Parts: sequence; C-alpha cells; structure tokens
Amino acid sequence: MSAAPEHAPTMARASLAERIAPWLPMLLVPLVMLTGLVLIPSGSSWLTLTVSGLAMGMMIFIMASGMTLVFGLMDVINFGHGVFISVGAFVGVSVLLMLAGMTAAPSLILNLLALLLAIIVAALATGALGWAFERVIVKPVYGAHLKQILVTMGGLIVVEQLIIVLWGPEEIYILRPEALKGAITFAGAALEKYRLVAVVVGLALFLAMRFVLRRTKIGLIVRAGVENGEMVEALGYRLRLVFIGVFVAGSALAGLGGVMWGLYQEVITAHMGQQMMILIFIVVIIGGLGSVEGCFIGALLVGLLQNYVAFLEPKAALISNIGLMVAILMWRPQGMIPVVKAK
Amino acid sequence: MLNKLLSGDMPRSRVLTVILAAILICLAFAPFLFPGVRSVDTAARICVFILLVASYDLMLGYGGIVSFAHTMFFGMGAYGVALACTHMERGFGALIVGAGGGAILAALIAFLIGLFSLRVRAIFFAMITLAVASAVAVLVSQLSGLTGGEDGLTYKIPRELTPAFRFGKDMFGGELFGVKTNGRLLAYYVVFTGALVLFLLLLRIVNSPFGRVLQAIRENDFRAEAVGYRVVSYRTAATCISAAVAALAGALYAIWLRYVGPDTALSFEIMVDILLMVVIGGMGTMYGAVIGATLFVVAQNYLQELMGAASSAVEGVPILPDLLSADRWLLWLGILFILSVYFFPTGVVGRLRDGK
Repeated sequence: MSAAPEHAPTMARASLAERIAPWLPMLLVPLVMLTGLVLIPSGSSWLTLTVSGLAMGMMIFIMASGMTLVFGLMDVINFGHGVFISVGAFVGVSVLLMLAGMTAAPSLILNLLALLLAIIVAALATGALGWAFERVIVKPVYGAHLKQILVTMGGLIVVEQLIIVLWGPEEIYILRPEALKGAITFAGAALEKYRLVAVVVGLALFLAMRFVLRRTKIGLIVRAGVENGEMVEALGYRLRLVFIGVFVAGSALAGLGGVMWGLYQEVITAHMGQQMMILIFIVVIIGGLGSVEGCFIGALLVGLLQNYVAFLEPKAALISNIGLMVAILMWRPQGMIPVVKAK
Repeated sequence: MLNKLLSGDMPRSRVLTVILAAILICLAFAPFLFPGVRSVDTAARICVFILLVASYDLMLGYGGIVSFAHTMFFGMGAYGVALACTHMERGFGALIVGAGGGAILAALIAFLIGLFSLRVRAIFFAMITLAVASAVAVLVSQLSGLTGGEDGLTYKIPRELTPAFRFGKDMFGGELFGVKTNGRLLAYYVVFTGALVLFLLLLRIVNSPFGRVLQAIRENDFRAEAVGYRVVSYRTAATCISAAVAALAGALYAIWLRYVGPDTALSFEIMVDILLMVVIGGMGTMYGAVIGATLFVVAQNYLQELMGAASSAVEGVPILPDLLSADRWLLWLGILFILSVYFFPTGVVGRLRDGK
C-alpha cells in the first residue's frame, strides 16, 4: 500500500475577495451611484443626475458597442466609427424635419412613430454606408494596425466633408418631438422625458444584443470568433461574412445612437461624431477591447461620473473621464473585462 | 562634410536631390526671393511644419507609433513661449524659458502617456493620446484666466525681432537687395535656423543605432524584444524626443506669429494636417516631411484659390461646384491620403527613390 501523499489537498472555499473579483466591474456602477448619493446633498438632484447619467451612458453604449465588437472579432480598429454617428444624425434629423407634422402633434404615439421611423432610416443608411466603408476602406488593410488607423482616419475626413457638401456647413438645430419635451416630476426630482426614453431604448438594445450574443447560433459564432477566430474558421464557418455582418450592424447602431444623441443635444454638426469618438474610445478602453458587457459598464460609469462631477465641481468634469481611464488602467491594464488577448 | 551633416542619409535620387535643394534655397532666401508679407509668412509656416512633421515622423514612420497628441505637444511649446513672454520681462530669456519649459513639459507628459499605454499595446496609445489631447484642448479653452481661452494670447517678443527694429542703417542703408533689414527679417532667420538645426538633429537621431533599433521594432517588435532590446523603453524614448521637438517647433511658431490661440496651436485640424503631410510626403523618410509640409502648406495657401476658380467655372452643373468649392479642399486631400496609404506607403519620397 502506497503512502498517503505528503500534501493534503486543500478544499477550503475561496476567500470572499477571490469570489467577488470577477464581479467587481459590475459592482462599480452601483458603487459610483452610492458614492454620488453620499456626496450630493439633496436626494432629488441625485435622482435627476443619475437618470441623465444613465441616459448619457446608454447612448454612448449604443454608439460604442459596434466598435468594440468589430475590434474583438477581426482585430480591426476603426477610427472612422464616429462618422456613422454624424451620418446617422443627419439622416435621422432630415427624416424628422420631413415628418414635421407628426413630431409637432402633441400625441405620444405619433411622436414615437416618427422617432422610430427616423431611427430606422438612419440605421439603414449608416448600415449601408458601413458596408461600403468595409468594402472600400477597411478590407485592403486587414492585419495592419498602423494602416487601419490612418486609412479609417482618412475615411472619416472624406465622409465628414461629404456631409458638409450635402447638408451645408452650418449646424442644424432640431426640436424634440412635442410629447417628449419637458420633464415629469417624480419624488421631487425633475426627470426629462427624453432621457427616460433614452434609458429605455438603450436598455432594450443592450438586452437584445445580449440575447443575440448569448442565445442564438450567430451570437455563438461571433463570441467564438472573438475568442479564437482561426478555430471557428477551421470548423467551416466563414468568419469574413460574419464580420461584415457585425460591421454593418455596428455602423447601424452608431447611426441610431447618432439620432438619439442629436435629439439629446438638440443640435447636430458634421464634427459631432469625431467629438463623440473621444468618449467612445475611453469607454472601449476601460471596458476591455472586444467586450460588450465591459463596454456597457464603462459607458454607464462615464455617463454617471460626468454628470455627478459636473454638478459637484464643474471645472473638474473635463478631466473626470481621463481620471477614470487612468484609474481603471492602473487597476486592470487590459480594461475591466478583457476579452481579446494582448497582441 | 555634406555627408556628415546629413548623417550619411543622402536623398538617394537625383530628382529628390534637386527638389530638396530647391526647397532649401527657397526657404533660406525666402525674404529676398519672394518679398511680401504673405509669401514670407508662408515660408515661415513651411519651416515650422517641416520640423513638426519630421518630429511626428520619428514616432510614426520610424517607431510605428500612432499618436494623436502631437498638436498638444506643439501647443505646449507655443503656449510656453506665450506665457513666459506675458509674465516675464521682455527679452530673450523669456523665449528660452518658455521654449525650454514647454519642451520639458511635453516630454514629461509623453513619458506619462507612454508609461500607461505603450506597456500594454501600441494601439492603446493612439486612442489614449486622442482622449488626452482633446481633454487638454478643452481645458485650455476653459482656463481663460491663464490661457486667454478661445481668444488666445498676444504678447511682446524681444524688440530685436519685431518690424520696429531696424539695423544696418550705416552699413548698407537699411536695405539689402531691396528688402528692409528689420527685426522681422531676423525673426524669420531665427525660425529658419532653429528648424534647420533641429531637423538635422532629427536626421542624426534616426540614423543612429537608436534609430535602427526603432525601425527594427517597427518591423517586428516581438523579434526585437527577443534579440534583447527593451521595446517599451525605446518606444517611450522616441515618443519623448518627438514630443520635445514638437514643442520646440511650437515655440518657433509662437515667436513668428506673436500670438497663440487654440486654432493655431491646438486644434484637431492641425493634427489631421500633420497626418496628411507625413503620409503624402513619405513615412519613415525624414525628407518626406520636407516634401509633404512644403506641398501641403503651398497647397493650403494657393490651391484653394485654384479650386475656387474651378468651382466658378463649372457653375450650373449640380453638386460639382460644391465639390470643387475652395472650402472642400480637405475632401480631395483626404482621398489623396487614402490612396497614398494604399498605393504609396512610402509617399512621394519613396516613389522618387524607387524611380531613381
């Protein structure tokens, strides 16, 4: 009979800290909200700020999600992603201006219908543009990051200039649909109606995206492609086609986000996408390149923090996002939920 | 002698040599060859941008690092000079303190950004620099008490560099080949000499062993690491040098303009311009910076008029006048940019060298 092994296998439970670690990013959002509650003197202004922070975060998430997936799947970094936001906003707003009869009517149903139409047209237009962008600009430079950055940047310049050719150089002011103007009062806090709509739309899109990615076959292929593209191709799936689909869907989402953002700001310019890109990059980096969940958490964090800090210390709001990024990168250099291994 | 000055990196093409010599002569004697406020102004702009683009090329072309914060470094030098001239006694001391302070600050910030992002992966660097640069641009326009906000700052540079200062009256009657010998002429030569010396220094750097290692890292960083070079240190060092030189270029520009503002020193448009110049001129060849910057600045000043004329010539045709209007020149340069990334990654210089 052999002797018992000298070391006794340890069956102790992992410590609390170890069990929490994977969930930490998810806990960050409520943590930031709680900190806000402590620091902000009145409860009602906290509620207002939280709702607007969530609305902003949701819209940023809509715009950023496509980019992070495109990167995760094909290692393509698209610096021109912002242009889909601008194009989406311009197309959507043009549609809304054409449907002035519907948006000016005080009926909520008609208003939402007009908004829906604008969003669909904008998403279709940017989806088509995304397809063209992928074919013409991105396809020849697969695998070369440096060229991708340069070429997509060039694409951004060209499309931005084309927007100016088509719509003129002036910014366009747009009024929100009649029933979405103003605010409702809840527990003493004024909540803008449009922001509530933005939260609902963003949440619905996030859940839909999660459903597609987690519960459908195509989602399985996409997730597997992000993990290990070569293996998925070896199994006989044409990842190229999947990738084009994701690129088009990501562009369409960016366009959709552009319409929402344009209505949120009530003014659109050809450069708005380029300006949004900065927030999007921050979100994508802190979320972890390639991760949809990380992107969602990152977007909410950025939105909430920006609103809280702007209320507490207006001057610091400008650098709060950079501070957040630095803090998170010091904590996890690959982002909160890294998916793609560092190459 | 010449070989030594150029650090052994000769143009290696007859046409290129002729063009470079022509540009050098034109810039060296610009105030005499092209008298007139606007053309001398263009020449000074070309000098500054050659230096700025060359410093960017050290990072992009030789190091393979894409940065979007180059205008931020440029602006640091420019604002450094502006702030030093505003708050210090008028004199050359203020210029030196401002330029030196700006360069050191730029190198320091480049080091910090590099520390955060180059460690993980080079692609982070592009995104993080974009975010930081935009935050700084917003900060500068918000802190109007210090930086003058959107209006920018006007300040006094040493009297010897202003048009009011005349010299050489008794020697050659205050005129040289019909050009008034005033402080403006001196200021031009300060800019020209500064740009030339720093450009030669950059040429020296890229042709040193350090430059060779950088190129090796650009080609295959994994292999360079395996051979035993510390990739991150080399990349960070290249970023810091490049940032410091960019800040000095900004300082020269501030000396020339006697004004800084977000539009002239910090805007994202300048970043796009730098990218276009580097790529069209030729990445990874210092001479590409010369060609790219000269072509671009001349085009910026004179092509617009040409396009305006073309636009009015096709009046009546739908859309075409809009596409050709003078404000849309960036559209055409953008297309040229994409085409050159695809088809001539080594730009004009690479083409000329291949063709001999």
